[in-house]
Amino acid sequence: MVTQNPSFVRRDILPPIAPPTKTGGVVHWLRTNLFATPKDTVLSLLALALLVWVLPHAANWLFVNASWSGTDRSVCSTVAQGGIKPDGWSGACWAFVADKFPQFMFGRYPVEERWRPMLVAVLFIALLIPILMPSVKHKAVNAVLLFGALPVVAFVLLLGGVFGLPYVETPLWGGLLVTLILSFVGISVSLPLGIMLALGRRSTLPVIRLLSTIFIEVVRGIPLITVLFMASVMLPLFLPQGMTVDKLLRALIGVSLFASAYMAEVIRGGLQAIPKGQYEGADSLGLGYWQKTGLIILPQALKLVIPGIVNTFIGLFKDTSLVSIIGMFDLLGIVRLNFSDSAWASPVTPMSGLVFAGFVFWIFCFGMSRYSGFMERVLDRGHKR
Amino acid sequence: MAMDALNPPRKSGRTGSFFNDPKVRGVMYQAIALFLIALCLYWIISNTVENLHRSNIASGYGFLNGRAGFDVGQSLIAFTSDSKYGRAFIVGLTNTILVAVTGIITATIIGFIVGIGRLSNNWLIAKLSLAYVEFFRNIPPLLVIFFWYYAILSLLPLPRESINLPLDTYLNNQGLLFPKPLAGDGFGLTLIACLVAFALVIGLVLWSKKRQAATGRSLPVLAISIAILIALPALTLILSGMPLTFEVPVAGRFGIRGGSTIGSEFISLFLALSFYTAAFIAEIVRSGIRGVSKGQTEAAHALGIRPRQTTRLVVVPQAMRIIIPPLTSQYLNLMKNSSLAVAVGYADLVAIGGTILNQTGQAIEVVSIWIIVYLSLSLITAAIMNWFNARVSLVER
Repeated sequence: MVTQNPSFVRRDILPPIAPPTKTGGVVHWLRTNLFATPKDTVLSLLALALLVWVLPHAANWLFVNASWSGTDRSVCSTVAQGGIKPDGWSGACWAFVADKFPQFMFGRYPVEERWRPMLVAVLFIALLIPILMPSVKHKAVNAVLLFGALPVVAFVLLLGGVFGLPYVETPLWGGLLVTLILSFVGISVSLPLGIMLALGRRSTLPVIRLLSTIFIEVVRGIPLITVLFMASVMLPLFLPQGMTVDKLLRALIGVSLFASAYMAEVIRGGLQAIPKGQYEGADSLGLGYWQKTGLIILPQALKLVIPGIVNTFIGLFKDTSLVSIIGMFDLLGIVRLNFSDSAWASPVTPMSGLVFAGFVFWIFCFGMSRYSGFMERVLDRGHKR
Repeated sequence: MAMDALNPPRKSGRTGSFFNDPKVRGVMYQAIALFLIALCLYWIISNTVENLHRSNIASGYGFLNGRAGFDVGQSLIAFTSDSKYGRAFIVGLTNTILVAVTGIITATIIGFIVGIGRLSNNWLIAKLSLAYVEFFRNIPPLLVIFFWYYAILSLLPLPRESINLPLDTYLNNQGLLFPKPLAGDGFGLTLIACLVAFALVIGLVLWSKKRQAATGRSLPVLAISIAILIALPALTLILSGMPLTFEVPVAGRFGIRGGSTIGSEFISLFLALSFYTAAFIAEIVRSGIRGVSKGQTEAAHALGIRPRQTTRLVVVPQAMRIIIPPLTSQYLNLMKNSSLAVAVGYADLVAIGGTILNQTGQAIEVVSIWIIVYLSLSLITAAIMNWFNARVSLVER
């Protein structure tokens, strides 16, 4: 024990410090969030300068200078380039997007038959919205209609050839229609297939486990393009003479198999996260393998990995754009195809088309990720640590 | 147990029919699965053999010795149209590796900056980083490549009206031209000096670590290493009489001659892959840093460790453990996405393979080369990252 009061201990009481000048309001917010330290101030000023420099230019290009209507390239090119705009002009060519909009949506689908994809789209939206809203009842009926009846109806409607509908061959399909078909089928096939592969990889049967593991690892190790090339050049070799598979179907098979390998790994993560007690509890209740998996394990595992599943869906949606490389015209493919349309060729056409395609892709992907966040909150039972 | 005494187990151990035994069932299921797959394979192989026979395609890798007959825009090794198909594949492979390695480096740098930016206390920086991540995560990489290729780089002036950048570098819609270094006699000495400097730096790092562990005093390792790395090769270069000259690109009437060119295909692919993957890396970095509990930082501060050292010695090593595994898969993704090169005509493995496939029709061989190369690249990257992961991972008893 120290008996003496050491010299470094203060003996007199300090006068109280004045309270902080302000703990609210704009100035305080600015001071804490933008100008807290000299380094912060410099960074904020740099970022502000960047915004002040970029945003007006972007707004100008996208809206103010943009050319909104017209029938050919003259409205989007300067006098020197053979158009009507003053020299030095640069702005978005929305006239191009507006003119090509039906093509961007349906590809080369015959104009007089375009009510068919539109009808499919209406049916799809009418079935999709209730299944996405947790409060709407009759989910089972809805799911059967969406994943069972709709594909059949859509197939008949889009392809035609029966009930007096003219036949529309798949090479004519294109645009957002093909992007959405590929994504919808890819999603509905890859989830169940991925679940089976994940269960296979965790199976106690060595042969099943080995086969699943090989499939998953090989597919995950190679790029989607090689899978698509394989589907487009090797599948015809594998089939007997005279038997052909439609190009769209080949792309569908490629995309679905590719996504299912990634899905399997995501779901395996969920299966591994379920505590052993759940498996043992199900066993002790006398449930068989499929009952145990279907009633106890999967509902918990899938809920755990919703973000991963949706990320795979988003990845698949973005990956559908690769089919343009094997000669199909999805949204991105048809936008790119139209760059070379001599009626609209101008320096700003590619940028305008790509901004439009990027916007469509962005809306879909961002929507999916927002919805997954929402579902996580709805399904959260408070078990998370 | 008492029950066992009352009901002695039956000899066979089975209670029901033969087919209800889980073991028998397991064997049966596997046998059926194997049989079905064998049947499927047999069907595929017999069809393939028949198809190949009918279309007169000789199978096997003999075609690799054939004359390629096509030119490659950009190549790290010498290649002419008289070279063999096998060499074309090697050109493709080096081009894939080139864009993957440069892309990985840039994506990591941008990703770390944006990821740390998302955690910044500065509201503006955090929101800008968030906007960056949300923008690039939600559009296809192919669209980003097209954007650079068709919307930005193709709008650059023609070779005649190239933009003149400092250091005799020119930029036009064909790509970036820069002075080409030409090694003269005795340049090997400088290369050796580079290697020596590298070895010296490694030795210095090891020695300073040992010294710090023994005495507690640290050296300004980074500054010394940079000095060694620059000074030693530079000195050697000067002393050996400057055997390095540059072939400067010269602007002529019909364009620019001489110098080296980086094609706009490479630039657009490289930029797109870097920016796209950086968004994912940023999210990984953010979650890694957030995953280090606040107590660690507070404890370090309580020990009197300064903020910068806290970050370097306490937070980053622990965050790396969380970051490395997902970062590995992002690197693998970038490498696989480099196959999108085929869309803009950069001569990577897939693009060259596609050309050869069209010329020779050797679909199975080309696809098998793709699969083998990509699988081994994946495995090598994964092995390197696993080694790194094992080094930084928590040592537990």
